[in-house]
Amino acid sequence: MSSILVQDKSVVVPGEILAEGMDYLPGDNTYRENDKIYSKVLGLGYPAGRVIKVTPLAGPYVPKPGDKIIGKIIDIAFSGWRVNTSTAYSAMMNVKDATSRFIKKEEDLSKIMAIGDHVVVKITNVTSQNLIDLTMKEPGLYKISGGRLITIDSQKVPRVIGKKGSMISQIKEKTGCNITVGQNGVIWLKGSPEGELLAEKAIKLIEQRSHQEGLTDKIEKFLEENKVPLPERKSNGSDLKESEGNEYAEETEEGGQ
Amino acid sequence: MAYTERLDKRKFDELRPMEAKIGVVKNAKGSASFKSGKTWAIAAVYGPREIYPKFLANPTKGILRCHYTMMPFSGSGERIRPGKSRRAQEISMVMEKALLPVVDLTDFPNSVVDVFVELPQTDAGTRCAAISAASMALAHAGIPMKDLVSSIAVGQVDGTVLADLSYGEESYPDVEVSDIPVAMLHNSKQISLLQMDGEISKKDLLKALEMAKGATEKVYELQVKALKEHYSKE
Repeated sequence: MSSILVQDKSVVVPGEILAEGMDYLPGDNTYRENDKIYSKVLGLGYPAGRVIKVTPLAGPYVPKPGDKIIGKIIDIAFSGWRVNTSTAYSAMMNVKDATSRFIKKEEDLSKIMAIGDHVVVKITNVTSQNLIDLTMKEPGLYKISGGRLITIDSQKVPRVIGKKGSMISQIKEKTGCNITVGQNGVIWLKGSPEGELLAEKAIKLIEQRSHQEGLTDKIEKFLEENKVPLPERKSNGSDLKESEGNEYAEETEEGGQ
Repeated sequence: MAYTERLDKRKFDELRPMEAKIGVVKNAKGSASFKSGKTWAIAAVYGPREIYPKFLANPTKGILRCHYTMMPFSGSGERIRPGKSRRAQEISMVMEKALLPVVDLTDFPNSVVDVFVELPQTDAGTRCAAISAASMALAHAGIPMKDLVSSIAVGQVDGTVLADLSYGEESYPDVEVSDIPVAMLHNSKQISLLQMDGEISKKDLLKALEMAKGATEKVYELQVKALKEHYSKE
């Protein structure tokens, strides 16, 4: 006798029984004990065929290779920078992964990136002890200047991006901001002061209501109600960055509505 | 004369009116407030984050660190000196041990999850309220957990076995009183906290622990309700 005890997209608490019987398999954030499958986090239950998984509603960021994150330079070593990743683990970025320019032996690394600078970087490698290697030598990775940084729960990042980037491109369009979302939950906004404020409010709203359905429409309504004047489109660097942001958003469509 | 009627007219196995709320501390990763009668605990969870001092780090899994604090005028009597005390350190330690069986920090080696519990008002049963609140706050913070921990005190006043003792009962004069804080895992019914002040007979102890099963179940129901309601409102 096997049965699923969890409804699709219902809130489950840690230790809640999701299914009974050996016909089902424990997916992400669940565990099996005897013939029962239990949830391991507070989240939404997704019975998908025989596999039952739980999507967390909140939770710490677990670094994965290939993730684009926004970090802060916290130290300069002999041949690289130490970067705060907004997790329990700081990451190391080697000079050769940071720039393709030739660096002289005695060159001052703080001239390239100083302590306190923020960077958009990509994780290349993560060890079992969560030691992280970073790179900045790919398109769409750069040092941040100006704008504002906000932090949200990393589990809400897929909702902020939306299916195929629908949510984030909508916010970009309506606020005239350039937005870069790091998988670690750090978001960089740059635009007019009103636009930045509105984008920040919209993103905080998504974070608050991430478990609800029809969020893209709700946010659209919110943005319509609080319209800001859009700046004139420039056809130079700022547009380039935006298209990079879109590219990125499409990579990470998982977890959309 | 035996203790036949409770000071606040409750039934012997009746708990004080409880109230649980999630997300009371916005700056924390996860937070919860738990009220049981006049006892009120607020728990806030931060992390996993880098651990300092570094020598405390465990390279195989993250560690859980609890901090229990009663506010200066939280009791009914004298001012309590704020900060670490022998009692606060003990309770912080038993809280850690009560929560550790459910918390799974193997994905976060060398890190720490800090749980701060503050008690603005107390009327006995503080460590139980603290554990129940901390368990909800950890779940709210998205920390991987096998189960929730629910905690309540049971005990005995002059031969009568009771659940959720108030301070008046805990300090009942001139009779034999015992106070047994219990924390229980919901699914396995394993006990992760068991302490006792005072004296109790073997028969009454077994009766009290049986009562604790039902009492922690009521706490659990409230914890689940609070967690689910937090995410269902429009």
